[in-house]
Amino acid sequence: MNSTVFSYFAQSKEISAFIAWMTKLIGFDATSLVAFIIFLVASLIVVGALATIGGLGTYAERKISADLQARQGPNRVGPYGILQFLADGVKMILKEDIIPAQADKFTFILAPFLCMIGVFATLAVVPFSSGFILSDLNVGIFYLVGVASLVGVGVFLGGYSSNSKWSMLGGMRGASQIISYEIPATITIISIVLLAGGLSLGTLIGGQGGLPQEWYIFHNPFAFVGFFVYFISALAETNRAPFDLPEAESELVSGYHTEYSGMRFGLFALAEYIEVFVVCGVAAALFLGGYKVPFDLGTGIIFTERLGMDPMQAKNIGQLLELGSFFTKTLALYYVVIWVRWTLPRLRVDQLMTLCWKYLTPIAIFNLLGCAVWMYAFNGKSIYSLIFESAAIATGHH
Amino acid sequence: MSSLNLDVYMPIVILIGLAIAVAGGSLLVGGIIRPHHPNKLKESPYECGEEPVGSAWANFNIRFYVIALIFIIFDVESALMFPVAAVFKRFNEIGLGGTLLLSILTFVLVLVAGIVYCWKKGDLDWVRSFNAPQVQTGSKDK
Repeated sequence: MNSTVFSYFAQSKEISAFIAWMTKLIGFDATSLVAFIIFLVASLIVVGALATIGGLGTYAERKISADLQARQGPNRVGPYGILQFLADGVKMILKEDIIPAQADKFTFILAPFLCMIGVFATLAVVPFSSGFILSDLNVGIFYLVGVASLVGVGVFLGGYSSNSKWSMLGGMRGASQIISYEIPATITIISIVLLAGGLSLGTLIGGQGGLPQEWYIFHNPFAFVGFFVYFISALAETNRAPFDLPEAESELVSGYHTEYSGMRFGLFALAEYIEVFVVCGVAAALFLGGYKVPFDLGTGIIFTERLGMDPMQAKNIGQLLELGSFFTKTLALYYVVIWVRWTLPRLRVDQLMTLCWKYLTPIAIFNLLGCAVWMYAFNGKSIYSLIFESAAIATGHH
Repeated sequence: MSSLNLDVYMPIVILIGLAIAVAGGSLLVGGIIRPHHPNKLKESPYECGEEPVGSAWANFNIRFYVIALIFIIFDVESALMFPVAAVFKRFNEIGLGGTLLLSILTFVLVLVAGIVYCWKKGDLDWVRSFNAPQVQTGSKDK
């Protein structure tokens, strides 16, 4: 039913032999035990990779902003300053940890943990490739939407518990912004679910192909608009500029994490950068074909047929290609997120709410109905295949 | 593997565990090596050098609560839409798409009515107080 990173590895002979050997050794079915080990290793790899990407994200952000503003950016630590994020991490660990005397201590400590849990739990369904998805739950995208809102709770509690006016304002803004923009984002996701006919990330990506005309963004005009609605909402949900009101440094000092110092602040920052990666990955998966590689290279069958490779080896090469495809798309979107931050000025609170409730939400609802009608009217065909068919009929190649 | 196999939920538990471990671990490691010299000034809320007056836990702008109320309605709505959306394609293939389309339409129309009502009432305007005096005068022009 649900494909997982374990079910991918269980195809290989070595792992099945290992399961059989373990079963004999301990006397009962060892599948779950081996699954646990594989899941643990895979989770460690994912968390390690994403923490590095999050760290490199801070570096990329500073370097790109420097480029956009004709500055140098970090250039002291390591070649081109690439180790800057490690130095930052060490600094954060070494900084004194201050908890304000008037703060609500328990909630103050809890808030960054909630942010981290919310972001890390979403990683379970991020589709890196068709084999390397930690767990392709059958309610995947629904789960992702639900768990990601824990971050909003973390942001609000962080602001509230600090008992500082800046933090309170930032936390309130953060909470209202994150919940407001969840509406257009979720409704847009629903319209893509309509097209794919399933909630698991595998189904959502499986309905698309490797080539751009097979992506859902070009499936119909409503989905095309939907991509931008989702992307804008995702920017707002992750508190990225031009929607970074919860931490607007020119008015609120540092917003909801004003009172956080050292590693506790670092956890908020890490969670934010990983979350940006996750929402970019989801945007890539829903609209840009996710891990799909053109011409079905991802399945690896072609390598076996043409080059006579071992099936499992060919499959692994296909997986690597899929990983490359996913990361290319996601990191391209990540770059756009950073680019937008250093290009656009920040919105005002009332403008932010107007944009969400008076523009994005009605547009998202319209898109949802549009997608449903399109599916019904054209029997689920994409605009490309409709043009292709009518062209074939017109030229008489029917 | 049967569809009732709970192994697929294992990564979620592992990842939540890892999140707590990473956050807690980095704080613990830091706790050993970082300095700790608290004093009264350091522990007071930061207000750009001014002496903090009063607590931050005061009454807050009511607009935020209205937004939260509208959010709950729409969030529940979107949660209820997921199952319909998930089966729409399959129903469409066996020719029942029209039924589902109508049900989606009915459901969404109720919500659109809701958002139109909020809009007309001015609950979607952030700075409603500027419009409020006109309502209170009771003049029914407009």
